[in-house]
Amino acid sequence: MTTPSIAEAQLPPSSARKDRRDWRGWIFVGPFLVVFAFAFLAPVAYALYLSVFRTRLVGGTSFVGLDNYIGVLSDGQFWEGFLHVALFLVVQVPIMLILALIAALAIDSARLYASGFFRIVLFLPYAVPAVVAVLMWGFMYGDNFGLVSNLNDLIGAKVITPFARDWILASIGNIVTWQFVGYNMLIFYSALRTIPGELYEAAELDGAGSFRVIRSIKLPALRGAIVIATIFSIIGSFQLFNEPNILKPLAPNVITTFFTPNMYAYNLSFAGQQYNYSAAVAIVMGVITAVIAYVVQLRGSRKEEL
Amino acid sequence: MATTAPARRKAHNPRNPRKSVALTVMLSIFALYSVIPLFWLVVNASKTQAGLFSSFGLWFDGDFALFQNIAETFTYRDGIFVRWFANTLLYVVVGAGGATLLATLAGYGLAKYRFPGRRAVFAVVLGAIAIPGTALAVPTFLLFSQLGLTNTPWAIIIPSLISPFGLYLIWVYTIDAVPTEILEAARMDGASELRTFFTISIKLLSPGIVTVLLFTVVATWNNYFLPLIMLSDPTWYPLTVGLNQWNAQATGVAAQPIYNLVLAGSLITVIPIVLAFLVLQRYWQSGLSAGSVKQ
Amino acid sequence: MKLMRSGSRARRAAVTAITAIAIGATLAACSTTGTTTTGSADDLDAALKAGGEITYWSWTPSAEAQVAAFEKAYPNVKVNYVNAGTNKDEYTKLQNAIKAGSGAPDVVQIEYYAFPQFALSDSLVDLSAYGMDSLESDYSASTWGSVSIGDKLYGLPQDSGPMALFYNATVFEQYGIAVPTTWDEYIAAAKTLHEADPTKYITADTGDAGFATSMIWQAGGHPFTVDGTDVSIDFTDEGSAKFADTWNQLIEGGLLSSTPSWSDEWFKGLGDGSIASLVIGAWMPGVLESSVPDASGDWRVAPIPTYDGKPVTSENGGGGQAVVKQSKNPALAAAFLRWLNNDDESLKIFAESGGFPSTTAQLTDPAFVEQESEYFGGQKINEVLTQASKDVRPGWSYLPYQVYANSIFGDTVGQSYANGTDLNKGFAAWEDQLKTYGTDQGFTVK
Repeated sequence: MTTPSIAEAQLPPSSARKDRRDWRGWIFVGPFLVVFAFAFLAPVAYALYLSVFRTRLVGGTSFVGLDNYIGVLSDGQFWEGFLHVALFLVVQVPIMLILALIAALAIDSARLYASGFFRIVLFLPYAVPAVVAVLMWGFMYGDNFGLVSNLNDLIGAKVITPFARDWILASIGNIVTWQFVGYNMLIFYSALRTIPGELYEAAELDGAGSFRVIRSIKLPALRGAIVIATIFSIIGSFQLFNEPNILKPLAPNVITTFFTPNMYAYNLSFAGQQYNYSAAVAIVMGVITAVIAYVVQLRGSRKEEL
Repeated sequence: MATTAPARRKAHNPRNPRKSVALTVMLSIFALYSVIPLFWLVVNASKTQAGLFSSFGLWFDGDFALFQNIAETFTYRDGIFVRWFANTLLYVVVGAGGATLLATLAGYGLAKYRFPGRRAVFAVVLGAIAIPGTALAVPTFLLFSQLGLTNTPWAIIIPSLISPFGLYLIWVYTIDAVPTEILEAARMDGASELRTFFTISIKLLSPGIVTVLLFTVVATWNNYFLPLIMLSDPTWYPLTVGLNQWNAQATGVAAQPIYNLVLAGSLITVIPIVLAFLVLQRYWQSGLSAGSVKQ
Repeated sequence: MKLMRSGSRARRAAVTAITAIAIGATLAACSTTGTTTTGSADDLDAALKAGGEITYWSWTPSAEAQVAAFEKAYPNVKVNYVNAGTNKDEYTKLQNAIKAGSGAPDVVQIEYYAFPQFALSDSLVDLSAYGMDSLESDYSASTWGSVSIGDKLYGLPQDSGPMALFYNATVFEQYGIAVPTTWDEYIAAAKTLHEADPTKYITADTGDAGFATSMIWQAGGHPFTVDGTDVSIDFTDEGSAKFADTWNQLIEGGLLSSTPSWSDEWFKGLGDGSIASLVIGAWMPGVLESSVPDASGDWRVAPIPTYDGKPVTSENGGGGQAVVKQSKNPALAAAFLRWLNNDDESLKIFAESGGFPSTTAQLTDPAFVEQESEYFGGQKINEVLTQASKDVRPGWSYLPYQVYANSIFGDTVGQSYANGTDLNKGFAAWEDQLKTYGTDQGFTVK
């Protein structure tokens, strides 16, 4: 199956005019890269620059070398936030991806009544802006008047407390899963739809049952999509910001200003005007995220070679 | 179409498969989970501000005020909501449209042309988006303000032109759907690379392009954080930032909660995307089996 | 940020800071910052006649009407009214614009607690240059004190918020609770109410920096002392401890509703009696009237309880407007500001929108004072509230980085609320972090 990993993408061997083709690739990639350089690389470079200085409310700007980085690496608040997103990552991403996988397989299997309906309905949450999604769930989580309070009344005791310290990550995880299962399901479903019909015909001739088909045909075909979905989910988890930030007024003490590294960087900049330290936090997080994403990608593509 | 139509792939079991009730039930639970908050949204968008506070969350209030709320949403504060809606349309058309174009061009380039630095490109793109966007917000803000771009639509549009996921998707899709032989044939005929791209390749890529378009449309429609930082004048707000401001009005000294308008506005915000999906998916679905393009 | 600086580095930083300020002050005096600050009231009138265009950021409900009235009175002037967000959202945008050097408005709304921050960062125009310091007697002492810092005038007050006790009389009567006049009585009332009906609480509090600082202020505490760039922070003084020890009884006793303030559920609680009182600023009636119509007729106002029974209170919220240094037409901006907060017509519009005034004229106007409020069951609430504005304890200061301080309140003091533990420890954590921040930012912190 030709869903390649990033490192393994191969072209069929080409004959003459190899040099001309080399150069021409840049025409296509150029526009993207120009905007990319302006909108991403320039700010990253500027962030790197900012991170080696310190501007104070009193006393102006001075060069401080790696002081900010040392500060970040020894900052308890930073690591607490990091722990939150790491925990979040390890629990929420697998759950969400497995649910998306099951849904995609189910919808693709043609053993479902009204699969088109399900495809639309499961994708709907992705269409909802984060602000609105958090608003809705925030109302429902309310343990005085929301849905949760009604449930607690039914149970008879205050069992479900979405804003309590022990529950808050799960509550946020629920919102994120709700929002993105449909999105990931669509990615997987698109990959499944590109499987050529002959493979299925051959499998049927061999007498393979549906689970065998899933195991031997569909899952291998999904490998690339799973890897890329995992990578983007990892990046998304490490960058968790919208949901806890919008939820903060409802859980003001449980969700601290450093609840996730992104929130920490945001509050450092916008509440504390500590732009330099915030830039260092961003760079450190970015490096950690990139390393982990790269490792996942390597492992994912290595499996494919087997 | 200049090329053969892709063979439609039927369900994996060509004979009529036995539909599973169990599976349908399981997915129905899933669907319920997806839909309940939206149901909540519709129900509560029909309540008055006072009604919101005194009624049960999941069912309607005595007073059905949906149309009133919608009307008031459009006229509140001299109809700023309409302006926000128009802004969002602008950002989506130019931003998502532009992003799809750039991602398609670039993904195609990465897939079909073995040029030096090819692998590095994707690694760099992935690396850059690994850095938390919120912390890049200040450098981006400072950069843009030096150029006088803050508080203008460009501050929103330019960053939204980059879709790394779109890039990847088109890259992968091109490898599947655009055989090099076709390109070779066009080259022999003397067509330029760009001409080939626009006349032949795009048609082969169309399902992939539509997928990318769908994702970028949703992303730009729901874009929240960077506009929040870049814009101080509500005249240029997209709907997400505007709704958030209305929501924040409930707080503090000058509190004027307008939750009913926030909810009605949210409902209005969600509908176009749903429509876009319904429209795009029909088109997108029709050719997704491009993996089986035959000569 | 947790880096602790060594002593000698701090001293060097202090010297640099003082030198920088000295140089800065000299430069400002030579007016090289682009805005000539020598002028008088005549400059303002001239600017109004000459006309021009200015931008005004505010989130008050009356702003639009006030701008419209102003433009009618002065057709040569165009005012772009922009609602750039409420409090800290607006301050973030203002800070960003100031740092970027462009994009700031000409006139901006700032709450009293944030004035020192923007004043110290030298972002606001000193209005005494336009002779506006002569308006002092027009305003209540506490609000004037909040906008004049050092010996400069950084803004004009718009509203005020002397704290009072708003209580649901229906609920109090139902449970036989007398209106408390001391904090001990208040705590006793809390116990009575919650025991009689566990779904009801005397008040809701999940930790609010503005509330806590106002309460410490009322108790006579003085945690923040500011002298230029010398800052001292001490939450162990008598007033702070008095508040903490008193409020601890409510926190540790589980007598506070955990509904976050200003949330949907909070409004509901005010309406159905499960939150039976609020200790809050005098601007609250407007909010209750517009957002909690269900409880109309149930609520009353009383003077805030005190520790020893003698009337004293503090300010909670409220703010004014200022002119930003980035303004290209500061005289016109100042003229608009003067009209906004000092012209009778403007003040009338503001009063009608439900704000609580800061001008002595309005505070002593019999028509205002003796107004009967229908929402409050016909009570003459302004009698209580105007008296409160006279009882405000003088001599309070906020930090030059109060916006930041308030943003980390939840991280520190809020943990005491979340865990039901000693507030004094929470304040100690807050003090720690504030001192670290101050030192990092170049202040001399004691």
